[in-house]
Amino acid sequence: MALLEVENLQTHFRTPSGINRAVDGVSFSVNAGETLAIVGESGCGKSVTAMSILRLIPEPPGKIAGSIRLNGRDLLNASAREMRAIRGNDISMIFQEPMTSLNPVLTIGRQLTETIRQHARLGAKAATDRAMEMLQLVGIPEPGRRLAEYRHQLSGGMRQRIMIAIALACDPKVLIADEPTTALDVTIQAQILDLMRDLKARTGAAVVLITHDLGVVAEVAERVMVMYAGRKVEEAGVGDLFRSARHPYTKGLLGAVPKLGASLAGADTRLVEIPGLVPSLKNRIAGCVFADRCASVTNVCRSVAPALELKAAGHLVACHHARREVAAA
Amino acid sequence: MTITASLPAAITARDHYAAAPDLPDIHLPVRVRGGVAGFVFRQPTVALGLFILAIMLVLAVFAPWFGTLDPTALAPAKRTRPPSMDFWFGTDAFGRDVYSRVIYGARVSLVVGFAVAFFASAIGLLIGLVSGYVRAFDSTIMRAMDGLMSIPPILLAVALMALTRASVQNVILAITIAEIPRVSRLVRGVVLSLREQPYVDAAIAAGTTTPMIIKRHILPNTLAPLTVQATYICGSAMIVESILSFIGAGTPPMIPSWGNIMADGRALWQVKPYIIFFPAVFLSLTVLAVNLLGDGLRDALDPRMAKRL
Amino acid sequence: MFGFLLRRVLSTIPVMAIVALFVFSLLYIAPGDPAAVIAGDQASPADVERIRESLGLDRPFVVRFGEWGWQLLHGNLGTSMFTGLPVVELIRQRLEPTLSLMAVTLVFAIVAAVPMGVLAAWKVGSWLDRLLMAFCVFGFSIPVFVVGYLLAYVFALELDWLPVQGYTPIAKGLWPWLENLILPAIALGFVYIALIARITRATMLEVLSQDYVRTARAKGLGESTILFLHALKNAAVPIVTVIGIGVALLIGGAVVTESVFAIPGLGRLTIDAIVRRDYPLIQGIVLMFSFVYVLVNLVIDLSYMALDPRIRY
Repeated sequence: MALLEVENLQTHFRTPSGINRAVDGVSFSVNAGETLAIVGESGCGKSVTAMSILRLIPEPPGKIAGSIRLNGRDLLNASAREMRAIRGNDISMIFQEPMTSLNPVLTIGRQLTETIRQHARLGAKAATDRAMEMLQLVGIPEPGRRLAEYRHQLSGGMRQRIMIAIALACDPKVLIADEPTTALDVTIQAQILDLMRDLKARTGAAVVLITHDLGVVAEVAERVMVMYAGRKVEEAGVGDLFRSARHPYTKGLLGAVPKLGASLAGADTRLVEIPGLVPSLKNRIAGCVFADRCASVTNVCRSVAPALELKAAGHLVACHHARREVAAA
Repeated sequence: MTITASLPAAITARDHYAAAPDLPDIHLPVRVRGGVAGFVFRQPTVALGLFILAIMLVLAVFAPWFGTLDPTALAPAKRTRPPSMDFWFGTDAFGRDVYSRVIYGARVSLVVGFAVAFFASAIGLLIGLVSGYVRAFDSTIMRAMDGLMSIPPILLAVALMALTRASVQNVILAITIAEIPRVSRLVRGVVLSLREQPYVDAAIAAGTTTPMIIKRHILPNTLAPLTVQATYICGSAMIVESILSFIGAGTPPMIPSWGNIMADGRALWQVKPYIIFFPAVFLSLTVLAVNLLGDGLRDALDPRMAKRL
Repeated sequence: MFGFLLRRVLSTIPVMAIVALFVFSLLYIAPGDPAAVIAGDQASPADVERIRESLGLDRPFVVRFGEWGWQLLHGNLGTSMFTGLPVVELIRQRLEPTLSLMAVTLVFAIVAAVPMGVLAAWKVGSWLDRLLMAFCVFGFSIPVFVVGYLLAYVFALELDWLPVQGYTPIAKGLWPWLENLILPAIALGFVYIALIARITRATMLEVLSQDYVRTARAKGLGESTILFLHALKNAAVPIVTVIGIGVALLIGGAVVTESVFAIPGLGRLTIDAIVRRDYPLIQGIVLMFSFVYVLVNLVIDLSYMALDPRIRY
């Protein structure tokens, strides 16, 4: 049994103009000590998937169906109080914008210790000690001074370090990182990724990394899941995916990334773009969600939604036309 | 589930297609309605506001045709009658028919509301444009507006009314002066934020004249918030008029206005509450209608402002 | 920090000067002949002339404003035309009931409105939210005296729970004082509550959609901590600002409320002055209230420093 198992997750939003099917039938699992990356364009439902795991989706207008099991316990059946005990404790989360993810009018110390005190029954002094320890762990100098400061007094990298400190303060089993480095400078990005890798090795937490940056994926993930228009279209080990992506969308994604050392001249090294736009999630799509943008589309793609099939060892693809290299058991 | 579909030429017959499990929607379907019914369904409060306002307008314009008597006719023999078939809303301390007075009173409230909304918007627009455009005047004008805004509107109107002969025009003037600063601040704010916009910069750089920029960029962008503001001003002007009339500093006593009718009923309110009740209901309903309309306009025209207010 | 305080306090001086200039200029802005209006229709030309002289309308604007302003700086608001007493003295006599009414209303309105707005924003779209917002629209639409009469009719005349009218000085005991102020404070607070609740809801809605609220939820904090600490503290500046702006509504409304509940305060003084066309008294009251308003908003401005750590001047 994997640590976190998500099965047939559906997160739909009811809006005046129709139902927005942001996530529609996504399944995946993560083992302890493993990093799973979820990639896809913005709006493909990867962030909503992350928010759904912690049930941070406002209900209404949102609604979540399927099952999300942590150590076999279904979170969708948990009460609000039980969820609060899980959030920040068993599963914690880091967000894209460290600037706006910290409360501007509360001190860093307050924001760190309140998490600690919420989950571990510690006194004020013990919580402050733990907070200092966490700040040192994420590499913040002069932690005592920082505790009394506000977010506007810190640099971008420092803010994200603090977010990580808050997320890891209660030794979570699962860490969900939603675009943790997107808003940072490249040099800071590398530092933050190093830090995350380091901390994962130390705590043995499972990490779900949400990103659209394939460079980040290559650097830290072990497995990759590709999402498109609220569906999972491909999943494979990181090397396997970069070597032999099988879904036309994944191929497109990989083709749209500039490669270091590729010459600017020459037609064969030109960046490939994926034509067309992500379909509206408000209409039910019969058939494959990628059909409208796919170069190798056929009639069957428009009528039959492809199931995820094992096309090679540990390589799931939802495409009628992907080559199969091993027979599905 | 595995199905075999009619196959395109490029694919061999050995292929079969695995279909993904079909997951049902977890929400009930959304029904999108159109037409008048759709409008009433989506915006019930705006529809209600429009409906009430339309009734009040018809009553005000066609007051003589709604079974009214002369609203100023005194009838000492019929003083303070309770509501009956003859006098729907009863009679006041002078024997005047309250129903007729209330129907005619709609005229004063609507005229004051609309006139103040119009004049305050027009003058405020002008001041705001000048202030936002002519740097030299900006700080002087805004200091003046700050000062004017520091005088509570009702007291400002009271002071002005104490210096002028009671008339509907003077009531309009007094309330308009009190409302101008808010409009001019709003317009100035829009102008200043638009001047920062790249497309306005581009227009200036391309040599577009100032009047042209005002016409093409500033006015269209000011119109939405100004309309919303004007609607709220209309509602608040009606309330201020009634307050001024109620405390004897508003519409002259011989003209029936809702505030005046209530002022006349003031001394008797403990024993004859209906004299105050009916004009109060009409006034509140009318202002309610205007405010509902304002909220609807705000939500429709400026979603950003909808969040702010 | 001290420098900022000083600068901010000093900056109210020009505002007050402009207010004084405006209030003084009303005599000249008003269409028609104020002297004739104040004298009334039955007055002889000599009466009108006498009033014109007492108002100083026969002398140049600048000279008259200089004199008036000089007196003002010495705390002299002129003399009542009807009673012949100094305006300052008349105002002082009536200050307590009005300040009591406004203070009780202020406290009551904030205590009622802020939680209302927070709850509405928390349960946005729910029946509770709709109910509260409907209340707010009504609050803006029903004139204060109508609410006053309604409350007095139901709770004083019909149910006999509270006194219908009158005022008891606070020196005669806290409860008798408060008892007389409950209905007037609710009536006067009605529109004020609507105003504060609405801005609280709007600001909270915006704050609740911010990333840091999502962070707070992701940390497993309880809803009340999120609402009243993480969110409300961020929403405080706009709410406090509107509380300050709304004091203008309170001042205007107090005049009418006092008349409904027969409270012998500045509102009653104003209405008497209107009936008697006692312009110097009206002018004095308007000026006094405007200064109070400017000072209230100064305090509000200064409170920002305590509410938002980002504001450091």
